[in-house]
Amino acid sequence: MSERRKDPVTGTETTGHEWDGIEELNNPLPRWWLWCFYGTIAWGLIYVILFPAWPLINSATGGILGWSTRASVAEDIAAVDAQHAERFAALTELDPAEIPGHPELSGFALNAGAAVFRTNCSQCHGSGAAGAKGYPNLLDDDWLWGGTMEEITYTIRHGIRNEDDPDARYSEMPAFGEILSGDEIATLVTHVQSLPEGTDPLAGEGGTLYDENCSSCHGLDAKGDPALGAPNLTDAIWLYGGSDDALTETITNARYGVMPPWVERLGEGEVRAVAAYVYSLGGGVSEEAAAAGQ
Amino acid sequence: MSDDQTSLYAARVPIFPRRVSGYFRRLKWVIMIVTLGIYYITPWIRWDRGPNLPDQAVLVDMANRRFYFFWIEIWPHEFYFVAGLLVMAGVGLFLFTAMLGRVWCGYACPQTVWTDLFLVVERWVQGDRNARMRLHNSKWDARKIRLKVTTWALWLMIAVATGGAWVFYFTDAPTLLFNLVTFQAPGIAYMTIFVLTMTTFVFGGFMREQVCIYMCPWPRIQGAMMDDDTLTVAYREWRGEPRTRGKKRREAAAEASAAGPQIGGRSPLITMPGVRNTTTGKFARAEGPGDCIDCNACVNVCPMGIDIRDGQQLACITCALCIDACDEVMEKTGAARGLIDYVALSDAPREAAGGDPINVRKHLMRPRNYVYAGVWAAFGLALLFALFIRPDIEMTVAAVRNPTFVVLSDGSVRNAYDVRLRNKHGEERPFALSVSADSGVVLSVEGADTDDIVMVPADAQHRVRVYLTAASGTPVSTRERTNLDLWVEDTESGERASVGTSFNGRENQ
Repeated sequence: MSERRKDPVTGTETTGHEWDGIEELNNPLPRWWLWCFYGTIAWGLIYVILFPAWPLINSATGGILGWSTRASVAEDIAAVDAQHAERFAALTELDPAEIPGHPELSGFALNAGAAVFRTNCSQCHGSGAAGAKGYPNLLDDDWLWGGTMEEITYTIRHGIRNEDDPDARYSEMPAFGEILSGDEIATLVTHVQSLPEGTDPLAGEGGTLYDENCSSCHGLDAKGDPALGAPNLTDAIWLYGGSDDALTETITNARYGVMPPWVERLGEGEVRAVAAYVYSLGGGVSEEAAAAGQ
Repeated sequence: MSDDQTSLYAARVPIFPRRVSGYFRRLKWVIMIVTLGIYYITPWIRWDRGPNLPDQAVLVDMANRRFYFFWIEIWPHEFYFVAGLLVMAGVGLFLFTAMLGRVWCGYACPQTVWTDLFLVVERWVQGDRNARMRLHNSKWDARKIRLKVTTWALWLMIAVATGGAWVFYFTDAPTLLFNLVTFQAPGIAYMTIFVLTMTTFVFGGFMREQVCIYMCPWPRIQGAMMDDDTLTVAYREWRGEPRTRGKKRREAAAEASAAGPQIGGRSPLITMPGVRNTTTGKFARAEGPGDCIDCNACVNVCPMGIDIRDGQQLACITCALCIDACDEVMEKTGAARGLIDYVALSDAPREAAGGDPINVRKHLMRPRNYVYAGVWAAFGLALLFALFIRPDIEMTVAAVRNPTFVVLSDGSVRNAYDVRLRNKHGEERPFALSVSADSGVVLSVEGADTDDIVMVPADAQHRVRVYLTAASGTPVSTRERTNLDLWVEDTESGERASVGTSFNGRENQ
């Protein structure tokens, strides 16, 4: 350390540090600043003792308060779950048809239902619920098993044509390849394709075949029957496609779409929520409309 | 003493500013009363907005994400108003700093205002400068304890009121006050009050000039914004030097001029970075004593404890109290006022050479300031314009593109849209949704019985799903894309708004 001296230009004392003739002026740091510095060290020591701090090989020191970010998150999740449990319970107690009349609960149901849908339903029905070949589009106004809140809830709860739930919706179309000849099936395909354009279901050769083989389930008017899951053949929607090949395949070998029951896995509260969500996607049928339709 | 000089750490030297009166002191009283009045009283002003909205004139409602300012209500998506105000504050600071240096520090900074208020209390309890110095140096006896504790208690009360006033801006003030005194207020309110109480108490009572010199970045930033025409508090050393006092003025004058340039005594001379240092004595008169009688009045009144005669320095907040103090003395000695004055750096050579002081307007009215004022005013006018053309109803439309369209059982094609409706009125309003009539599509709203009327709650955003349906076989239903407008109308007031969007048809059928 070299000599301390007074700098002639500023009148300030130097610290005595010198590098190649450059000297450092001693403009002293405030003492309270030094105390603040010591304070932060003390704070750091206390913090290291109280909270998780030192990394070890497989974990870290725990801190005597026992606090951790994971435990904190788990607590938050538990708190949210508890809050949700109340609302799911309220949903369960409500008549499904009444959910839209409760704005707060219905808002919860729609959001919770959207989450449940994305996790459990989107694999088949698509993330936008637009379905795919063989998997119904849930956005349109066509329902195989009925589109009221009650009917949607039942379908989700018990599923369709599964062997896990005795209450599952069930129906089975015969494979007409064993009953009708190839020509008859071709005639029937042409006939069925013309139904959406307004052809009388019972008219002509195709009509006779329809009357004998199809009308018991699909109806004399060919508008289907939600009680049997029989599709409406007069509308513009074909679950498995409306081309010659697709319809020939459907009539010859029949289709057997399966949906699992969800109540065991989701619980009644989430079933109600996802039903409310599906109902809100644009195809929901109100009780009055359903009554008027019948 | 020698230890003190060689230490790398310095203890704070207490400062006991003397009471002063004069033009700038009066100005500072007015500014103090106005700024503190605004701060303490504003949360208590009521403003009727109807039954559904808070009646507090100024309210930052974090929970509901609204900012209320008298008749103005800002929603989160209108945050650009706040950004615009911040830009104006920035440019305003450029303007004021370019014109008047650290005028913010000297008059309006909370640190200055509250320190000033704490000094009033200190002076009221303990007496003026000399009495306070005596008290400070005396032993801790009953009287000293009584006076100090009284001062601290009064400071603490002011500090609590200051911290307390802050939280009232964030929720209904009367309700919160009731909850605070009955210990029902949320913990964060008490925590905030505690923190702000302690900062006010410590910064205003004990740290004072230390905050400005060591903690605040502003002195450094402002130094870079000043130029030769910036008016700032300065000592006309070409008039004052050589400073002498009493009967020995004439001899001292002779000695001083013989000794050459002088360096001021009390505080180290800390030059403003970027500003030329005018060494004292450079323009000293060739003969005779200067106007400065070295009475130290300017030093005694300084809340920063500096000597303005050392020249512009980092520690000077330009509070101008030394101007008042010196003017008082100059009047008594019969010399002209303004030995310490608002002076620009460019004044020094001219005045030292015998030129007359020029009108301050010439310093203020310069191109740089016109540019700042113009930018500032442009932002202000733009914000005002935006404020007045701002609609009371708004709509945003997000077309649902998963899937792009849905075919219904009758073959018609339907598109879905997530529509957000904003009702900025204080009561529930019926919003009618419609689509341009010539578009050939039919509008319906999910879950709505009466087709296209949506009730939007007061001061709220409401999300609805809107469907547009094109009948089978129509051009719209087959065209890949059709542009159309969605309209929303407040059926009570008749206000309308529209948003353009598009409709996707089944291209290949």
